[in-house]
Amino acid sequence: MQVETRMVRKEGQSPGPTPDHARNPGIPLDLDWLRDVHVNRSAVERRAATLGTRRSVKKDWQAAWLLKAITCIDLTTLSGDDTPGRVRRLCAKAGQPVRQDLLESLGVGDRGITTGAVCVYHEMVETAAREVDGSGIPVAAVSTGFPHGLSPLPTRVAEIEASVASGAEEIDIVLTRQHVLLGDWDAIYQEVSAYREACGKAHLKTILAVGELGTLKNVCKASLVCMMAGADFIKTSTGKEKVNANLPVGLVMARAIREFGQRTGYQVGFKPAGGIGKAKQALVWQFLMKEELGNGWLEPSLFRFGASSLLSDIERQLEHFVTGRYSASHRHPLG
Amino acid sequence: MSKVSEVFESMEYGPAPESDKLAQEWLESMGRQFNHFIDGVWFPGSGEERIECVNPATGDFLASVLQGTEADVERAVEAAQDALDSWIKLSGHARSRYLYALARGIQKRARLFAVLETMDNGKPVRESRDLDIPLVARHFSYHAGWAQLLDTEMPGHEPVGVVGQIIPWNFPMLMLAWKIAPALACGNTVVLKPAEFTPLTALLFADLCQGVGLPPGVVNIVTGDGKTGAALVAHPEVDKVAFTGSTEVGRILRTQTAGTGKKLSLELGGKSPFLVFEDADLDSVVEGVVDAIWFNQGQVCCAGSRILVQEGIAPALETKLRARMETLRMGDPLDKSIDMGAIVDQVQLDKIRALVDQGREEGARVWQPSWTVPEGGTFYPPTLCTECSPTSTLAQVEIFGPVVVLMTFRTPEESVQLANDTRYGLAASLWTENVNLALDVAPKLKAGTVWVNCTNLFDAAAGFGGYRESGFGREGGKEGLLEYLQPGWIKKGSREKPFGPKSAEGSGIVREEKGDAGARVAAAGSLPPVDRTAKLYIGGKQVRGDGDYSLPVKGRDGSLVGEVPRGNRKDIRNAVEAAHAGAKGWTPRTSYNRAQILYFWAENLDARREGFRLRLQEIVGIRRRDAGKEVEAAVRRLFGFAAWADKYDGMVHHTPFRNVTLAMPEPIGVMGLVCPEEAPLLGFVSTVAPLIAMGNAVVALPSERWPLLATDLYQVIETSDVPPGVINIVTGLQEEMVPTLAAHDDVDGIWYFGSAEGSEEVERLSTGNMKRTWVSRGRHLNWWDDAETGGEPFLREAIQWKNIWVPYGE
Repeated sequence: MQVETRMVRKEGQSPGPTPDHARNPGIPLDLDWLRDVHVNRSAVERRAATLGTRRSVKKDWQAAWLLKAITCIDLTTLSGDDTPGRVRRLCAKAGQPVRQDLLESLGVGDRGITTGAVCVYHEMVETAAREVDGSGIPVAAVSTGFPHGLSPLPTRVAEIEASVASGAEEIDIVLTRQHVLLGDWDAIYQEVSAYREACGKAHLKTILAVGELGTLKNVCKASLVCMMAGADFIKTSTGKEKVNANLPVGLVMARAIREFGQRTGYQVGFKPAGGIGKAKQALVWQFLMKEELGNGWLEPSLFRFGASSLLSDIERQLEHFVTGRYSASHRHPLG
Repeated sequence: MSKVSEVFESMEYGPAPESDKLAQEWLESMGRQFNHFIDGVWFPGSGEERIECVNPATGDFLASVLQGTEADVERAVEAAQDALDSWIKLSGHARSRYLYALARGIQKRARLFAVLETMDNGKPVRESRDLDIPLVARHFSYHAGWAQLLDTEMPGHEPVGVVGQIIPWNFPMLMLAWKIAPALACGNTVVLKPAEFTPLTALLFADLCQGVGLPPGVVNIVTGDGKTGAALVAHPEVDKVAFTGSTEVGRILRTQTAGTGKKLSLELGGKSPFLVFEDADLDSVVEGVVDAIWFNQGQVCCAGSRILVQEGIAPALETKLRARMETLRMGDPLDKSIDMGAIVDQVQLDKIRALVDQGREEGARVWQPSWTVPEGGTFYPPTLCTECSPTSTLAQVEIFGPVVVLMTFRTPEESVQLANDTRYGLAASLWTENVNLALDVAPKLKAGTVWVNCTNLFDAAAGFGGYRESGFGREGGKEGLLEYLQPGWIKKGSREKPFGPKSAEGSGIVREEKGDAGARVAAAGSLPPVDRTAKLYIGGKQVRGDGDYSLPVKGRDGSLVGEVPRGNRKDIRNAVEAAHAGAKGWTPRTSYNRAQILYFWAENLDARREGFRLRLQEIVGIRRRDAGKEVEAAVRRLFGFAAWADKYDGMVHHTPFRNVTLAMPEPIGVMGLVCPEEAPLLGFVSTVAPLIAMGNAVVALPSERWPLLATDLYQVIETSDVPPGVINIVTGLQEEMVPTLAAHDDVDGIWYFGSAEGSEEVERLSTGNMKRTWVSRGRHLNWWDDAETGGEPFLREAIQWKNIWVPYGE
């Protein structure tokens, strides 16, 4: 009965920074557009609250959606005590996120399912790039003085260039929050444009640090300015703020992406990060993407989860689907 | 390819069915054949006829229920009556325990109720599970609280008695809760008739009543169609009728109950406006429209079915809406991923189709999503109609389906005009990020509920109910309790005789004009008295009657004391027009200002107390001391309502959302007033003052017998800064004028203090615009008692409650 009416895009079976859509080159800063931004928090929260109650996927559908979620995970380690050994383990997990026997049982053993990327600090880029070489899994580097982004601008730009030179194909940068809080949109635009230029071929993900922007209106405006400046993805949080990815914020950002796409024709990706640890949460984020943006935003070319523990929960859910018994984490190899 | 692999590519939603197993088991356990629930037991009924309940999404038979007969209704009312005494005598706390048990019982069976509701009605299980049933529990829980607090918080009130309740099929269980919970909390017993399409959850509720040990007869459920309902309404022992349904049926009920003394509350149809201003968050507006008109397939009395959008942003909104319609999912209502289920019945589906066809013929552009509706059930797709104007049928009639019209406005003022351009007045929704605009527009909308930046939010703590032809009475909140209570003095004695000093017989207006107009002869040798000509007082001017006839008024000794114009229907027409003009300036005034004017009126009356005392003596024929007392009481009464003017406050209800729910007492508008015959000064003042204190404008027919007190009074009114048109006085014969006033479609409400026959007539004639009525039915009120006639009971009838929901948060 249900007719899928959304834009049908080619399925991106393999993750990686080679999207089937044109990269967003950015547009000139349009301050009039920002003046037109209206966000009603209560209404946004009401919609966000029903995203997970209006939709539900069960059985095979749930398994398929969760597998898809895995392909969108930026498997991440961002700790002060990261070592090459730890990063190698992470990369191995990214290449084989789910036990092969489970994948076989699900009938997707030959799909080459991997996570969307591995995400590390610059220091670990080289190690990671070596580990994933040939797998098609890109290395993402958090950059520009992550998580606060307060080092000197030339340093931040140089950090991007260094990471790209070391093999990073995706760069996650952080905004200077004070520019947002002071309404200095031109400064944001200039900053992000400079980062974009430094990225070259690498894809630029701009982290808004939504937990420090004060209002949803600021989130919307910051999203738009980042996209005007050429962001390939907009991302909610560093994972280090007090408030990270939540659905109302995600809804506002998704709608900004939609608006930007309708006005400019460029598709920009979305990455919620921080606090998404459960399979059920992942599904609700997927519902949000499908409902507000369409199926294209369920694919890794336009959608990523910034998450470290999510994969482990999904693995257990998948095993439960296969065996009918609830699973345990020690039955799945560590990342 | 495995299914998982397939879905991995398509990323479609699959089926997510909610199991109906336990609901089917329950129906099975009841033999799929229900009797009435009367006096605490399943009662087989006297008739053979049965009604089949069918799942509208599948056509599957669910169970059959009885077509209730008059005898069944009789039996149920009897049971309710028998249960009444001991139910009233229970302590509030004891009733609270029962209601609490019902609330908990519903929570404990929440999923069963939700699934059964969806099977019977066709609404998505997401709605019955997340909205209907939790609200049902909330209503019982909230009213358990009122039962507990009633004695201390509503002193001097009594339950109404046996209540007959008739509920619709769109929110079967929720409407049951709205009706039963407050009735029981206030000590009434009920006979409830669920809709014939959707009786099953009411019967499950009956099962629960048994389960919690509710005393037999307190709740009785009689199933059946309109005929059963009619028998319930007509039953002489039913003290109150509460109805939710169509305006058409509401009108019939008003006519049927006219003159019976049955208290009546009606929650009727709507064509609620949905206003979108240019600074609104349009993406949120789109979701608002989804909740407004595609919620419950649009079968919602307060559905936002008229989108009024500021012209400049109309194309953007239309584009967004059309895109959103594509992503709505329609199908098996028991599927958890469904936004829209089935229309309740083929009859309703046919009605929707016919109306949309008519709209198309009239030139509307009809937008529907590209997907096709499922087969096998009564489904109708979400529909947006553009290129409509207020003249379009689709913009005027209540469709009761998922069909919304979109029209434009230019300015806030025009938005209000268009929004109010309807006979209905149930609800309105308005969207703007500007709090100044929101709080300016909300009070101007003629609707019982106004949702700012939200829509279709409900809660037990907030009153819900209509303006205009959407009915009267409120459900929810403290204001809703009053529907199930009455002041204690109502039942005390028949009060066939007026209170206060006994008036002389035989005086007053002479119906047949025999006396000659020059009867007031001068005493020999002195100058003849200057002729005093009483006139009508309309629009702040003393005017001659349209008909140019007069009626003589005689004093206690039978001598002619004056004449008054014999007003006619055109004078009523003129007065109503003047009152509308008066209300325009009067309603927006501050209550402090209205208070000052009432005090000033009192001041000026007091200055002329001697003149009024003499007039009362001369005309009514009461003793000097009694006349003085009446003048004094009138001054005191004016002080009383002047005092009340800025103290009959609104409330902020504690609804469980982040918002302020403002309950505002608003004037009803232009009020017809038929003053009591007795106490011609005090009665006039006591009835006019509360109405204008609350911001209404009045067309008053003064005491027919002694109208000169009122005509004398207009000179006082004139000097008291009462603006033109706020008080209009039309003298004459009531039998000639009351029908015109009661039937006038631009009079918003009418108070009638007079005979039982007159009361019946007023109620019967009020149905043209479903104006609010308040009638005395030949009973006399004690105009000297401040508690009875000097305060809240009058204020309550002079206002209507509007609940404005204002969510906040940046």
